[in-house]
Amino acid sequence: MSDSHIILEKVVYLRGQRRIFDEVSIEIPRGKIVAVMGPSGAGKTTLLKLIGGQLQPESGSIRVSGLEIPRLSRSELFDVRKTMGMMFQSGALFSDLSVFENVAFPLRIHTNLPDDMIRDLVLLKLQSVGLRGARRLFPSELSGGMSRRVALARAIALDPEIIMYDEPFTGLDPIALGVIVDLIKTLNSVYGTTSIIVSHDIPETASIADLIYIISDGKVIGSGTPRELFEQDSPRVHQFIKGLPDGPVPFHYPANDYEEELMRVPDTERPF
Amino acid sequence: MLSRLRRIGQYSLIVLATLGRAGHIWWQAVWRRPRLRNLHLVIRQIYQLGVLSVVIIAMSGFSIGAVLALQGYNQLVKYGSESALGLGVALVLVMEIGPVVSALLFAGRAGSAVTAEIGLMKATEQLSSMEMMGVDPLQRIVAPRLWAGFIVMPILALMFSVIGIWGASLVGVDWLGVYEGSFWSAMQEGVDFRSHVLKGIIKSVVFGIVVTWIAVFQGYDTIPTSEGIAAATTRTVVYSSVAVLVLDFFLTLVMFNF
Repeated sequence: MSDSHIILEKVVYLRGQRRIFDEVSIEIPRGKIVAVMGPSGAGKTTLLKLIGGQLQPESGSIRVSGLEIPRLSRSELFDVRKTMGMMFQSGALFSDLSVFENVAFPLRIHTNLPDDMIRDLVLLKLQSVGLRGARRLFPSELSGGMSRRVALARAIALDPEIIMYDEPFTGLDPIALGVIVDLIKTLNSVYGTTSIIVSHDIPETASIADLIYIISDGKVIGSGTPRELFEQDSPRVHQFIKGLPDGPVPFHYPANDYEEELMRVPDTERPF
Repeated sequence: MLSRLRRIGQYSLIVLATLGRAGHIWWQAVWRRPRLRNLHLVIRQIYQLGVLSVVIIAMSGFSIGAVLALQGYNQLVKYGSESALGLGVALVLVMEIGPVVSALLFAGRAGSAVTAEIGLMKATEQLSSMEMMGVDPLQRIVAPRLWAGFIVMPILALMFSVIGIWGASLVGVDWLGVYEGSFWSAMQEGVDFRSHVLKGIIKSVVFGIVVTWIAVFQGYDTIPTSEGIAAATTRTVVYSSVAVLVLDFFLTLVMFNF
C-alpha cells in the first residue's frame, strides 16, 4: 500500500488473563474508508482506544502519521488527538451543553477564533449533518440517530485527518441509517479524511468501505476489499460474512458439558 | 494462615493502588498550574456546590443554634450563669459544630452530586470523548470542582456558625429572656479571632479539601455502570463523613494544645 496513515504492528493487548489482541497487524491507508469488523466482544472498540492512545498495548507498535502513540507523553498525545475525530456509539454528547455548544466545544478550546467565526463554522458543520435547525436543543431532547449526527458534527469540527466511527450503524432506523452511511461516504470523499469504521453490520459497511479487516479471537482472520471477502473461502470469514449462527466461530460461550450439567444435583449453585 | 496473609497483602495492594490513583488526580488537577482560562468553570461550580448549598446550611445552622441555646440555657440557669449562654454557643459553633456539621452536610448535598455527575459522565463516555478531543478531563471537569470545593467550604462553615449564633440569640434573648447586653458582650470578650475563629476556619479548609477530593475521586474512579455509580455515591458520603469526624479529633488535638 502506498501511503499508510495508521499502522498497527504485532499489537498485543491483554485484559486480565484474556488476550484481546494477539499480534494484530493492520494498515490503514490515507484517505480511505477502512472497516474493522468482527463479532461483539472481539475488541473492536478497544482497537479505536488503542489508536487514540486511551489504552496502552502490552507490546507492538501503533503509528499514526509516523508517531509512535504508546511512547508519546500526555501532552504530545493530546496534540495528536486534535487531528483525530471520534464518533462514539452513544454519541457521548456533553449533556450540560446545547447541540450548538457541543459542536463549538472543540473549536472554543483549541482555537482562538472570534465568536462570530465559531458560529459560522458550527452552523456549517451542523448544516452538513442536516441539524442546523436543532442547534438550540439539548442532548436529552434528541433521538439516537440525531445525537449520533451531532456527535459526527462535533467530531469533524476541527477538520480532523482521521475520523473513527464506533458502531455507527447499530440501533438506527432505516432512514437514519441511510443518512449516516451517506454522511460517512460524503465526508470521506469531500475532505479526504481517513475513516475507520468499527462495526458488525455487514451490508452497510461493505457498501462504503474500501478495505475490510475481520478480527476474531484476537487475530485478523481475513482482510481485503468487500468483494474479495465475499469470495473468500476461509470458513471463519465465510461464517461471519454470511451470518451463520454456528461454525468455526462458536455460538456457545465456553461451558461444561451440557448433559452433565443438566444431570448434576443443583446444590452448589445459588440463584444469584 | 498463609492464605490469610495473602489476603491481607492483596488488600493492602488494592488500597495502595487506590491511593495512588487518588494522588494522580490530585497531581494532574491541582498541583499542575491551574489554568486561568478555566476560571469561568470554577465560578460555575462555586454556584453549583456553594450557592445551592446555602439554604440547607442556613436551615441547619439556625436549628442547631436554637437547640444549643435551649439546652445550654437549661443547664446554665441552674447556676445562675445564663449570661454566658452567648459565649458558650458561639465557641461550640465556631470551633466544632460549624466546621464539622457543615462539612457533613456538604458531603451529602454537594459531594454526592459531584460523584454522581462525574460518574455518569464516565458511564456515558463523555470523559472519554473529551480525551479523544484532546481535552484533559482532569483539567476541564475535575480541577474546577476541586477548587470550588476548597473555596466554598470555609465560607459555608462560617455562614453556618453566624446563622447558628443568630438562632441562639433569638431563642436565648428574645424568647427565654437572657439579658441582651451580657449575651453579646460575653461573646465579644471570650471569643478570640486567632485562637478560636481562625482554628475553626483551618478545620473547614481541611474538611473542604478532603470531602471534595473524595467526591471527585469516587466519581472519576467509578465502575461505569448504574451499580457502580450508586456504590460510588454511597462511598463518597460514608468515607467523607468518617474522614471529617476522625480528622476533627486529630485537628483539635493538634491545634488546641493538648
